[in-house]
Amino acid sequence: MRAYFSLFRIRFISAVQYRTAALAGITTQFAWGFLLIFSYRAFYRSNPGAFSMEFSHLTSYIWLQQAFLNLFAGWIRDNDIMGAITDGRISYELARPISLYGKWFSQIAANRVGRTLLRCAPILIVAFILPEPIGLGLPPGFVHAAGFLASMLLALGVTTAFVLLVYSLTIFTLSSYGLWTVLVMLGDFLSGHIIPLTFFPGAARRIAELLPFAAMQNMPLRIYSGNIAGGDILLCISLQCFWLLALSLLGYLVMKKALTKVIVQGG
Amino acid sequence: MKLYGKFFMIYLKSQMQYKTSFILMVIGNMITSFTAFLAVYFLFTQINQVEGFTFSEILICFSAVLMAFAVAECFARGFDQFPSMISNGEFDRTLVRPRNEIFLVLASKLDFKRVGRFIQSVIMLIYAVITCGIFWSIDKIITLALMILCGSIVFAGLFLVYASFTFFTVEGLEFMNILTDGGREFGKYPYSVYGEEILKFLTFVVPLALVQYYPLLYLLDRTDKKLYMFLPLVGVLFIIPCYGFWRFGLRHYKSTGS
Repeated sequence: MRAYFSLFRIRFISAVQYRTAALAGITTQFAWGFLLIFSYRAFYRSNPGAFSMEFSHLTSYIWLQQAFLNLFAGWIRDNDIMGAITDGRISYELARPISLYGKWFSQIAANRVGRTLLRCAPILIVAFILPEPIGLGLPPGFVHAAGFLASMLLALGVTTAFVLLVYSLTIFTLSSYGLWTVLVMLGDFLSGHIIPLTFFPGAARRIAELLPFAAMQNMPLRIYSGNIAGGDILLCISLQCFWLLALSLLGYLVMKKALTKVIVQGG
Repeated sequence: MKLYGKFFMIYLKSQMQYKTSFILMVIGNMITSFTAFLAVYFLFTQINQVEGFTFSEILICFSAVLMAFAVAECFARGFDQFPSMISNGEFDRTLVRPRNEIFLVLASKLDFKRVGRFIQSVIMLIYAVITCGIFWSIDKIITLALMILCGSIVFAGLFLVYASFTFFTVEGLEFMNILTDGGREFGKYPYSVYGEEILKFLTFVVPLALVQYYPLLYLLDRTDKKLYMFLPLVGVLFIIPCYGFWRFGLRHYKSTGS
């Protein structure tokens, strides 16, 4: 376990080195957040009662999403790992005396946490200062704040497990970029990255909310604003625990199977 | 031009070597823009118009922007990899060749995976054209064609600016994405929905609205000013300062030395 923690630390420290890149990222995410909110404002103006999410809940959702983009977005790629799979460095990885699954899991998680810590503060601060309807509000109560934190941690776990499952699948295909794009883009859509799941119509919403993707950013961001409340918070958190276990188990097995097939192609 | 054709064939052949991967990439590209379409569709299941535009009118707008972007991307996204060309010194080699350097940069980085986005935009445009109930007279067809054609030139200009910045910063600047990818992503809806200031910015600074919002108004009979039909041609002028900026950057370019 200690080995994984120090791996996490190494990754984390290297992820917080890229400060200029972070600054550029923050600017982009600000602009992106504002434009998203403006477009939704137009939607809400056209028909205020049509949506099942209050506008202030939605703006909180958007700002948190921009602030924690690097934590939850599936399309944030770990080039190190993708590279290891395509260029054969994976064989070095296999020679190490620790579990590859555990190593990559902590690498991915550390990368995400490091990049997020560099970027989230300015976005959160400004979003808090912005005036009421377009800014980021406080969570409605202590339960929501605590629930948000717990759920965010679990969502990070589920996202990491999913991303790692996709990487493990790409071990089978050699040229990995295509498969990765297909799966990750689907995952992002179904986790509420493009529009919140509450905006899905009837049946599509009910199905999407049962899928593991709903246990990613969808849950913490909605718990924060109070869009998910009461006993549902507990239900969500237990669902997240379940998916975390299920996806990591699946990822572990797929990787194990994939590794029996690895043929290192010389070089 | 003949040389470009040759480059084109070489890259097409080399990328076709990995067929499964290529097909998956194209599908991946399609899914990316398909989820954007689904999002719009889902939102419109709950309301029937936004700022007076209906679903199929939005689709016209969306698909025209998407197609303009896809065309620009197929030919000009080579600029996307320009930062790495600068930092690994590849660009220096390009400079000693007896052709225009922009031509060489573009021709050396053709990417056919982007075809996925283009296919998607074609399907969407066909659907939108059939369902929107516009009477397609000659001038309407010309307007739509101008929107797409001039739109792709404006996007190409933006890619060129993105690359030109690299002369000074070596690294690619992420905030340019808000204009390129953002211009596409937020161009789903007429730029007017984002408010007065942003529309002004997109009219006078980066003329994306000239190829989208104004001709769209004419297309949808919201205005009968013939002028709006030809505004995309004004937008094309944007390429001039972009090219100027590129020349400026090129003059100040000192190799990275590796």
